[in-house]
Amino acid sequence: MLKFISHFLKSKSNLKSTLSNSRVPISRNFCTTPIRDSIQYDVVIVGAGPAGLSAAIRLKQLCRQNDTDLSVCVLEKGAEVGAHILSGNVFEPRALNELLPQWKQQEAPITTPVSSDKFWFLTKNRAISLPSPFNNEGNYVISLSQLVRWMGAKAEELGVEIYPGFAASEILYDANNKVIGIGTNDMGISKDGSKKENFQRGVEIKGRMTLLSEGCRGSLSEQIMKKYNLREKGGAEHQTYALGIKEVWEIDEEKHQPGAVLHTLGWPLDHKTYGGSFLYHMKDRQIALGLVVALNYQNPFMNPYEEFQKLKHHPAIKPYLEGGTVIQYGARTLNEGGFQSIPYPVFPGGAIIGCSAGFLNVPKIKGTHTAMKSDFLLHTSNGPALLFVGMLAAEAAFGAVNEGLDMNTYWDALRNSWIWEELYKARNYRPAFKYGLIPGLALSGLEHYILKGRHPITLKHGKPDHEATNAAQLHSPIHYPKPDGILSFDVPTSLHRSNTNHEHDQPPHLRLRDPKIPELTNLPVYAAPESRYCPARVYEYVAAEQNKLKLQINAQNCLHCKACDIKDPKQNIKWTVPEGGGGPGYSVM
Amino acid sequence: MVTIKRVIDYAVKIRVKPDKTGVVTQNVKMSMNPFCEIALEEALRIKESGLASEVIAVSMGPSQSIDTLRTGLAMGADRGIHVEANDSLYPLSVAKILKKLVEIEKPGLLILGKQAIDDDCNQTGQMIAGLLNWPQGTFASKVVLDKEKQVVTVDREVDDGIETLSLNLPAVITTDLRLNQPRYATLPNIMKAKSKPIKKYTPEELNVEIKSDLEIVEVTEPPKRKSGVIVSSVDELIDKLKNEANVI
Repeated sequence: MLKFISHFLKSKSNLKSTLSNSRVPISRNFCTTPIRDSIQYDVVIVGAGPAGLSAAIRLKQLCRQNDTDLSVCVLEKGAEVGAHILSGNVFEPRALNELLPQWKQQEAPITTPVSSDKFWFLTKNRAISLPSPFNNEGNYVISLSQLVRWMGAKAEELGVEIYPGFAASEILYDANNKVIGIGTNDMGISKDGSKKENFQRGVEIKGRMTLLSEGCRGSLSEQIMKKYNLREKGGAEHQTYALGIKEVWEIDEEKHQPGAVLHTLGWPLDHKTYGGSFLYHMKDRQIALGLVVALNYQNPFMNPYEEFQKLKHHPAIKPYLEGGTVIQYGARTLNEGGFQSIPYPVFPGGAIIGCSAGFLNVPKIKGTHTAMKSDFLLHTSNGPALLFVGMLAAEAAFGAVNEGLDMNTYWDALRNSWIWEELYKARNYRPAFKYGLIPGLALSGLEHYILKGRHPITLKHGKPDHEATNAAQLHSPIHYPKPDGILSFDVPTSLHRSNTNHEHDQPPHLRLRDPKIPELTNLPVYAAPESRYCPARVYEYVAAEQNKLKLQINAQNCLHCKACDIKDPKQNIKWTVPEGGGGPGYSVM
Repeated sequence: MVTIKRVIDYAVKIRVKPDKTGVVTQNVKMSMNPFCEIALEEALRIKESGLASEVIAVSMGPSQSIDTLRTGLAMGADRGIHVEANDSLYPLSVAKILKKLVEIEKPGLLILGKQAIDDDCNQTGQMIAGLLNWPQGTFASKVVLDKEKQVVTVDREVDDGIETLSLNLPAVITTDLRLNQPRYATLPNIMKAKSKPIKKYTPEELNVEIKSDLEIVEVTEPPKRKSGVIVSSVDELIDKLKNEANVI
């Protein structure tokens, strides 16, 4: 009863205090858990990525246009803005032209225009050149991590407060089940759960509007989607995913062609496994090289990391890498569900934006721009769509917070936007591949050249990724070659290059819903796929007492890619957010 | 007064620049030197126990050092001093500048990290103690301040164990790893730190000439460690020691 009253009183006082832009701690709960400081903002954004930052920037721009001000707070679990950003990336400046038209004069890290565009079908020994269906003129090869850093600086110039190193671990609700903000992690808890010398209680960051832009499979976004049934509400199917593993190399001067773009299909993946690779030449003799593997693969012995190592030995890829060194390594999952999987993005008190909802257009090769029409089978990142989505959300949020309009206008704005139209047109490319590589290519070709999505048929996705894994007895183990230390490497060496670190003395952030399932199901039935799909070797089965194998979770290695949360056959692994500031340290990814 | 240095974050994989003049610092994550964090934590604890009135954080370097100072202020320092210098500063220059700041601020205790993780010099603390003619307790693993007697007792980690020294104030202490565990900067404190004052100086204003007596000739990666070999017999071992390693 007391708690209800205190919540009610707090929400009333919040309304008054926000208009004065104050950030005075107003905690005081009448319960026994230690009191948390509470800080109030108008808009709270979780995740300083392209969607989150463009929403923040757009909000401040709208404030200036309307001669008002809103306090905007962006929380980022990475140690700095850009540390957890990984993407191909071929960038189309369309959305940025709208958001920050002076980006060139303001020295945005967008300096390498696309100079060539190749598309190869790989077999074990050959590369067959196919006509490139893309039109990349006017686009740039960039590092999204660098671009996001730059956007962060621009956002701060406009008065956005960005706090890296703080992980939002909890959603705060009021008595009416409306979201009123988030709570950050307690810090300084040791592995056994006891408080360490430097224990620090988390804080509550309250907002009149909360935008979740955590990226693909965001931990809070997944919670919210379940709680408010956002998939059913949007008439959406389940989301499907892929895992992208990437390296940035510094190569020989003679081999480097700034702006060269290459995509491949085929080897090393088999015809049942969707995916492909990319190789982009950036500036400063650096190239971005990666493999994207759809997570609905069936063979539990598949190891996406090892497939990537194999790729680098292909006679058409190898020459670029010889004489070069790897600068960084990383991995991240991405959405492939497209149109069919978009949930209803608005919930009481906020909205989900960016990849957390899933606006990625799979057949778009150009990461950031959602308006690309092409018949690709891979995708890299999704900048322009994310920027646009962020902008639309900001516009709706501005209306909601400033003028009391309904946030559901966001859903309407989305459906009337070019993003919706494009995603609708592209909706059948990916699902067509559930029939196999050749049928998929054929159907995609049909869609791209003739139908262009202008028909009422919408293919459904196959099984959810975690259900697609077959039992191990239906397949035989794949023999992967040993790394040679020059082109291919073992996981620890690669992991070292991701600058990943976590405070080691903290409770593992990868939680098992049922601790017995790994030894009872994952190992005997599926031959422990988590020990293969995790690109950071977090999951290892080691010999314990009585010579039985036991799961060991090396949480400190985690790259925050979320593959385990997606692919675990019994959905037993739950990815939760570790202490802020931990995780990879990407700077050129 | 506590000195803090902005260095490459300890978790980052270091790369040598292709021209071998140094390591790559562009686009690389920078943080407060871990030993400086420990120094600052110790200073904050001394203040919180009522034995000090104010903690001043000092940093010398390019303008980005201000970010590191803000982190120090967020941890709890009261105010900051930034000495702007764009070339790299060697310990002797740092000590000379610090001497001037000490003359201005007159702190009762100077706490530094024992060394910076980028150059591993382990010299600044010792040099400033020499320049100021103050007693020094380096590699501190425990610090106990007695304000009444104006004495600080420092346990030092030395090669043969722990050495306990008693120093008259004012004194210089450099911190070792086991002294304490630094606190996290909380979000409310980070916000408050934005309004704490940072005073700026340049070396010229302080009448210090930064002249380097050292010049970096070359920076290379350490030689790659060759894999070990398992020998099958003592004879083979002797043979290898004699003919391959040339040690017998």
